[in-house]
Amino acid sequence: MTTTAASTALRAEQDKGRKASQTREKWASARTYISAAVILVWCLAPAYWMVVTAFREVGFTYDTTPWPTHVTLDNFITAFDTSFGNRFGQALLNSIFIGVTVTVISLVIGVFAAYALARLNFRFKYLVLGFILGASMFPGVALITPLFQLFTNIGWMGSYQALIIPNISFVLPLTVYTLTSFFREMPWELEESARVDGCTQGQAFRKVIMPLAAPAIFTTAILAFISSWNEFLIASQLSNEATKPVTVAIASFAGAQPNQIPYTAIMAAGTIVTIPLVILVLVFQRKIVAGLTAGAVK
Amino acid sequence: MATELGPTPVKPASGAAPVHHGPKGVGEDNKILSQGKWATWLLAPTIIALGIVIVYPIISAIVMSFQKDAGLDPVTGLFTAGGPAGIQNYVNWLGQQCAAQGGGTVACPPGTLGGQFWTATGTTFLFTVVTVAFETVLGFWMAMIMSRTFKGRGLVRAAVLVPWAIPTAVTAQLWLFMFDFNGIINKLFNVSILWTGSEWPAKWAVIIADTWKTTPFMALLILAGLQMIPAEVYEAAKVDGTTAWQRFRLITLPLVKPALMVAILFRTLDALRMFDLPYILTGGANNTTTLSILVINQIRQGFNSAAALSTITFIIIFLVAFIFVRFLGANVVEQSGATGKGKK
Repeated sequence: MTTTAASTALRAEQDKGRKASQTREKWASARTYISAAVILVWCLAPAYWMVVTAFREVGFTYDTTPWPTHVTLDNFITAFDTSFGNRFGQALLNSIFIGVTVTVISLVIGVFAAYALARLNFRFKYLVLGFILGASMFPGVALITPLFQLFTNIGWMGSYQALIIPNISFVLPLTVYTLTSFFREMPWELEESARVDGCTQGQAFRKVIMPLAAPAIFTTAILAFISSWNEFLIASQLSNEATKPVTVAIASFAGAQPNQIPYTAIMAAGTIVTIPLVILVLVFQRKIVAGLTAGAVK
Repeated sequence: MATELGPTPVKPASGAAPVHHGPKGVGEDNKILSQGKWATWLLAPTIIALGIVIVYPIISAIVMSFQKDAGLDPVTGLFTAGGPAGIQNYVNWLGQQCAAQGGGTVACPPGTLGGQFWTATGTTFLFTVVTVAFETVLGFWMAMIMSRTFKGRGLVRAAVLVPWAIPTAVTAQLWLFMFDFNGIINKLFNVSILWTGSEWPAKWAVIIADTWKTTPFMALLILAGLQMIPAEVYEAAKVDGTTAWQRFRLITLPLVKPALMVAILFRTLDALRMFDLPYILTGGANNTTTLSILVINQIRQGFNSAAALSTITFIIIFLVAFIFVRFLGANVVEQSGATGKGKK
């Protein structure tokens, strides 16, 4: 008697539990979607606002309608206008030139180091790895003072080389450790078989490994270019009107009235600077994320 | 610089830690010698380049920091000669002392750069602690969401890359615009705050903008750590009747801790050198001057004094990294696939 009552009660309890867990799962899934929506809004809303403002007429700079209103392309023309002393077009070319040069130099130098670190066994390997990782975390201000004095003394202030050389200090370590962790995951057995087939280590590297490594190198190149493109501290001190990159140009954007910040034009310039990066990053999303996190987890 | 190359036999035991990710091939031992030679050649360009762009400037900054600044003193207007200064530059910064008329030093008058050292240090640490705390909590939460399977997960993972991809200089201008008195943030929350006009709103503006910009990086690092945890561990724990909270506390947290510590270390070191955002957003006004901004402002008033300050900044960051690695168990080099003498 008591046992049946107990078992019925137990069954009822179990039923209730099952139903509760189903509801809980539904709730959990709803919560996931709400959270995902919150993340989307938090990450995208400011960027969206930049683009919306970039397409808004100057007179409606502070309009807060959440969708595009008073749409115009004028701001993009203003952004490239040189009559207020802005040289945004030149700055874009400077940034591209500096970014490409720094990326190419870092890759050409770094690819060998990464190969050695991922592949070879030698003494002090971990010392070298630690040195390179430490270098990538290095504070830019610790370099700027001596470089400022040095470049002043040898007349390099404002030159392209004065902007390229310091950028190598953080792009090269980034390149080496990203490539190292990519290289660690490559199918190196192929290199072994190439060597069995009579290739030297150098040939095996060029003919077998390089083609396989191309995607890794390309991703690393994107990361290297982005970090050079985003550099501000060193460029803000060592560049001049003719050589300053976009980050410096955007930070000191002048408008028609000296005490009024030309926000719509700045947002247009910001959009131009950002959109190519965002597209690049979204297209190669998976690889980029792998490269970004490569140094930290593995 | 050449002394740093490859296998110079100085400290025999330094590379002797267990090898985790060595080449998997067999019969490697006979190649070690030739590999060492190879490695030297392959590493030489990188080591030499880093020697030129990092080691050389650091050494010359340290040398400069023990020299007096020649030229007109910005405070007294008197000409001071250069020459060796001993540790005077360091003493001046740490004691907030400025050169006095007729020699000697006095406490720096308010408003001068020399009088801002401790407030700048305080501001730098405040920004670091608050932004890293926010980024860790928010980043962890984002990573937990992104690690679940749901429709549109790819979209969320792509979206978090957007703040990361926007240059900090652009981010600063964007948030300056949004924090404008007539801007969207005041309208949205129906307040009238002069965000960049006084101390705490200005600090919050920097903190919020930095959190927005860098949380994605944190989230992705933590997500990568979460994805290393095998799903079977969770299933087994579920079978054992654990609650979600228990699973989080007893499985997720300890297993993700190595990746989390490295993410926190990276972000902390990055936050300690914060420059772009406050420099553009507030210009360092209203006590938002960080140590990096102070160095930059000092450069044009005296190289050697600036070099001393940048060396102090470097030492502070170095010490924080050391504490992280030594006492909090953030093993960067091991995490990135190797062991031994990491960041010290």
